[in-house]
Amino acid sequence: MATKTATLPKKKGKKKFVPSIVAFACNWCSYAGADTAGTNRVQYSPHFRVIRTMCSGRVTPGMVLKAFKLGADGVLVSGCHFGDCHYIFGNYKAVEQFDKTKGLVRTLGLEDGRIRLEWVSAAEGDRWGQVIDEFVDQITKLGPSPLNPQPKFEE
Amino acid sequence: MDATVEQLKKNRVFLCLECGKCTAVCPISRYNKSYSPRRLIAEGLFYGGDDLYSDQLLWSCLTCQLCSQRCPVDVKYSEYMRDVRAEAYNRGEWGKPTHGGALHHVMEMTASPTLKQKRTDWIEKGLKTKKKGDVLYFVGCLPYHQELFCKDFDFSPVSIAQDTVRILNHIGIEPVVMENECCCGHDLYWLGQLEKFDELGQQNIKDLKKTGAKTIITACPECAYTLKEVYAQRKIGDSGIEIKHISEVVAENIGKFKFTEQAQTISYQDPCRLGRYMGIYDQPRQALAAVPGVELHEMPRNRRGAICCGTTNWMNCGATSKRIQHGRLEEAKATGAETLVTACPKCQIHFRCSECGDESQKVGIQLTDFVNVIASALKG
Ligand code: SF4
Ligand code: SF4
Ligand code: FES
Repeated sequence: MATKTATLPKKKGKKKFVPSIVAFACNWCSYAGADTAGTNRVQYSPHFRVIRTMCSGRVTPGMVLKAFKLGADGVLVSGCHFGDCHYIFGNYKAVEQFDKTKGLVRTLGLEDGRIRLEWVSAAEGDRWGQVIDEFVDQITKLGPSPLNPQPKFEE
Repeated sequence: MDATVEQLKKNRVFLCLECGKCTAVCPISRYNKSYSPRRLIAEGLFYGGDDLYSDQLLWSCLTCQLCSQRCPVDVKYSEYMRDVRAEAYNRGEWGKPTHGGALHHVMEMTASPTLKQKRTDWIEKGLKTKKKGDVLYFVGCLPYHQELFCKDFDFSPVSIAQDTVRILNHIGIEPVVMENECCCGHDLYWLGQLEKFDELGQQNIKDLKKTGAKTIITACPECAYTLKEVYAQRKIGDSGIEIKHISEVVAENIGKFKFTEQAQTISYQDPCRLGRYMGIYDQPRQALAAVPGVELHEMPRNRRGAICCGTTNWMNCGATSKRIQHGRLEEAKATGAETLVTACPKCQIHFRCSECGDESQKVGIQLTDFVNVIASALKG
């Protein structure tokens, strides 16, 4: 019996959306956490770009909105756990800023799920991978941002 | 070079006598000695502009037009600044936007036709609005100000929108409120981002025409001036719609209002766009005077000579801005007024900001908007 498998046309699946995600990571914990994920060879989604800031408290609504303006589908802000911030209260400030960002993003009509605030320490390489994987899943479900002029799709 | 000559000609800058009156009255120059409108003119006139375009102080001008009021040869300084900024922007220069540029990003994003904003949450129960009709209320950026500022100041910017609708309802008008209204583009225009401005303007004219409105009412002088004058000047297209600031509407219909007795001494801040740009000085005063028990104490520098609230276009705010604001609030306080009333939401935000922080440095005067005063005095 001749098998047809080889010549069968590939099932025309829907093209999968590949999100573009911007991740702001603080220098002292989250960025180092991402580094740890690398040295530990944690396998996780590559669909994000890290921007290093000195502290998560530095990430203003303006920075997140700019990312959306330039076509990001999701924005992650990540810093040290409470009590660990290199600048002592920077991450409390990050919470305040993030609150405002949330309000602005919602008023713009973007889904709440497109932004996320997380705490990842320098030792938590696995957790960094997990956070990114979860966020990528979440954004993939939401689909491209209405402000993304050229969303990417892959077979 | 050509661009420079063009800017100089268009805005009558060649006529400058170098008298220095502009620098003498400019509120920025008063506190920041390195800023001088006359110098920025001289730079354009004599040196052809390269230094001019990279000058950070370029972005500090409030475009308040106080200097043009005093200029003996009517140099259009604010407009000159706009054109110089447009050229500087094309060369990749930019000032220091306050709030990390959040508001500028919002303005640009609202131009996107694919965006569906959720900006009408402020329409609470009891406010009557419609989807289609003759009169439209253009809200402006208030819903965004709400998110950015209500937590820092004890102040709700959307209360201005709510009270505007309340006032209109009181005189039997149910205004249309657009669900996906885009920014009027005022700030981008004065910052020289003219392409983006035109895009916003075209989008607005299209959307406004669709509502079938014959009159647009706004509670923001910047929106009013932009929709009324700038769209026509830029030849973006004529919506054929009449545009009014809420103070004009209240003054015209003052007979229809029923007020309760108030007990308030106030002073009034003339917003630059409403006053010097549109010449609306009397209407807000008439309206306020019609509320029984409201006593108006004028500041020495009022009407044409009013001092700007110290920041425009969310740009280059800093110590100079704070000093202007502090000075202006002290001037208001010295009149004996308890409350300073302004007809522009942004003035109030800027003044409130200067009242933040150290208790000992506060002027200690209340701030409110024109529509809040009128609406809280309404009977029923
Ligand atoms: S427009 Fe106002 S801020 Fe600008 S130079 Fe003239 S007086 Fe000064
Ligand atoms: S007031 Fe007018 S004429 Fe005098 S220096 Fe200023 S721009 Fe020139
Ligand atoms: S340094 Fe990591 S949050 Fe402040």
